[in-house]
Amino acid sequence: MKTRSETSLTPARDAAPSEGLLSQPAALDVLFEQRSPAEAEPLEPVLEARAVTVRYGAAVAVSDVSLDVHRNRVTAFIGPSGCGKTTLLRTFNRMNDLVPGAVVSGRVAYHGVDVNGAGVDPIEVRRRIGMVFQRPNPFPKSVFDNVAFGLRLHGLKDDLSGRVEEALRRAALWDEVKDRLGKNALGLSGGQQQRLCIARALAVEPDLLLMDEPASALDPISTTRIEDLLRELRSQVTIVIVTHNMQQAARVADLTAFFSVEPTGGDEHERGGVLIEYGPTEQLFTRPADRRTEDYVTGRFG
Amino acid sequence: MTGREASPLSGGARLRRRRAASAGAELLSLLAAFVAVAVLVVVVVSIFLKGAGALSVHLFTRTPVPFGETGGGIEQALIGTAELVALATSIALPAGVLVAVYAHEFAPAGVARLVRLCLNVLAGVPTIVVGILVFTLMVKGSGQSGWAGALALSIIMVPLVARGSEEVLAVVPATLREASLALGATRARTVLRVVLPTAVGGIVTATILAVARVAGETAPLLFTSSIAATTVNTDPQRPLASVALSIFADSESPDPHAHQEAWAAAFVLLVFVLAISIGARLVASRARGGRLR
Repeated sequence: MKTRSETSLTPARDAAPSEGLLSQPAALDVLFEQRSPAEAEPLEPVLEARAVTVRYGAAVAVSDVSLDVHRNRVTAFIGPSGCGKTTLLRTFNRMNDLVPGAVVSGRVAYHGVDVNGAGVDPIEVRRRIGMVFQRPNPFPKSVFDNVAFGLRLHGLKDDLSGRVEEALRRAALWDEVKDRLGKNALGLSGGQQQRLCIARALAVEPDLLLMDEPASALDPISTTRIEDLLRELRSQVTIVIVTHNMQQAARVADLTAFFSVEPTGGDEHERGGVLIEYGPTEQLFTRPADRRTEDYVTGRFG
Repeated sequence: MTGREASPLSGGARLRRRRAASAGAELLSLLAAFVAVAVLVVVVVSIFLKGAGALSVHLFTRTPVPFGETGGGIEQALIGTAELVALATSIALPAGVLVAVYAHEFAPAGVARLVRLCLNVLAGVPTIVVGILVFTLMVKGSGQSGWAGALALSIIMVPLVARGSEEVLAVVPATLREASLALGATRARTVLRVVLPTAVGGIVTATILAVARVAGETAPLLFTSSIAATTVNTDPQRPLASVALSIFADSESPDPHAHQEAWAAAFVLLVFVLAISIGARLVASRARGGRLR
């Protein structure tokens, strides 16, 4: 909290008018007055990205992105395809380690600890920072075994069924599956499968949950349920959600970061994902500071 | 194109040529398919007709009888083949699956390509060469044994199991691996708890097909396990009889009863191989329907 006001939330060389947006208390008050008092608690960074650049071979996917993810807030990453929002998300729990040729530079600090630092085990990082993917990907096992997977993995075996039930309740799925815990998870509907994946991630009690377009493969009703769930979960866990859907960001996110594909080097052909603007969702949608944000949120491109 | 005004949609000489070529190609492929099926039918029917006379319960429950007598069986060979194949599978299944897991889940791309190339070469090595290899390694000096025969058969099975397993590992969705890794699983744990259980149907299929393949192998056993056993033996330290070698030995015999017995044994072997091949297809289709969609 103390240092945040000095910290640029957007790349400095962007000459961004939005720089230091989150340190403007007035802007936050506007937003938080409309929400419940509990949410007016001060911003506390859970994860700080500084000058993060990700390259796949010669191609730059994410260029020099700096931003903070705040505790018990839903942060949305929006932007056109190819702007690097998913890639950035995957640097947070080191899933990019698994992509051959991906090189991450810059610093991603989780509670002040560099997740790429020496002595940091990616396994532990991924346990603390959960992830939900674009397409529901339950294991071809029973509903129970899906949720218990992470618990067994990390030796949390006491009161297994209690923990499984708790996770399913938090994911608003318990009532629908309590009579079919032993049935194969692939028999659930797409929306149920995705909530099962959320329950699976929540079971190991991460304090940060990364969601990569979690509703993009779902029908509108299932999408609404996921969005309701996100608003409920906000009080328990910090959430970062990548979405193509601007209305979704507007509905669920407290803070929104807008990314775009911009030239990243001297060469016009060298383009990569750049953070354009980051701030309270309402402000970003109604009074964007950057022209490019405005064009995007008003539907002029993307 | 003269007829265009009269009937604009009937096409000209060029279209007629194309139609004829198409019909010709269809006919050729139909003929080829017919020949393939016909060969199988001829083989099965002729073996059945020639061996029918010797097909009886005795074939399964008795050992060979002395020259000139009738009513002998190949019990020792059936038991021997079953044991050889079981031992070979117990070696080749874990080895083949581990090779596939290494090549598909852990190895860098270049190494994986090399492993795959080696598997293809190994799959193409003549089986008699495998027999000679095992002979020089295990049999020379210490004599033939069931273990030596099983090892030779397992060397033939490994590439079959490994390539079949790798094919199903490739079909396991990458999103499942990601889901497991994102929960904090190690790669080995992910393979053990997510990838292999998902692929198990395909691995079983590959293994059954490999069993079908080696059940009838003769050459690798020629130098490694007995060809003249006439009594039942189940000790793999000593040579084991086999159906394939019994067929060979019987057909070389001057005794006409032995010839008929060879045909009957061939029929039994053929039915066994056909049955497990069909069984493997059933497992495969069920696995696709359930686990891998």
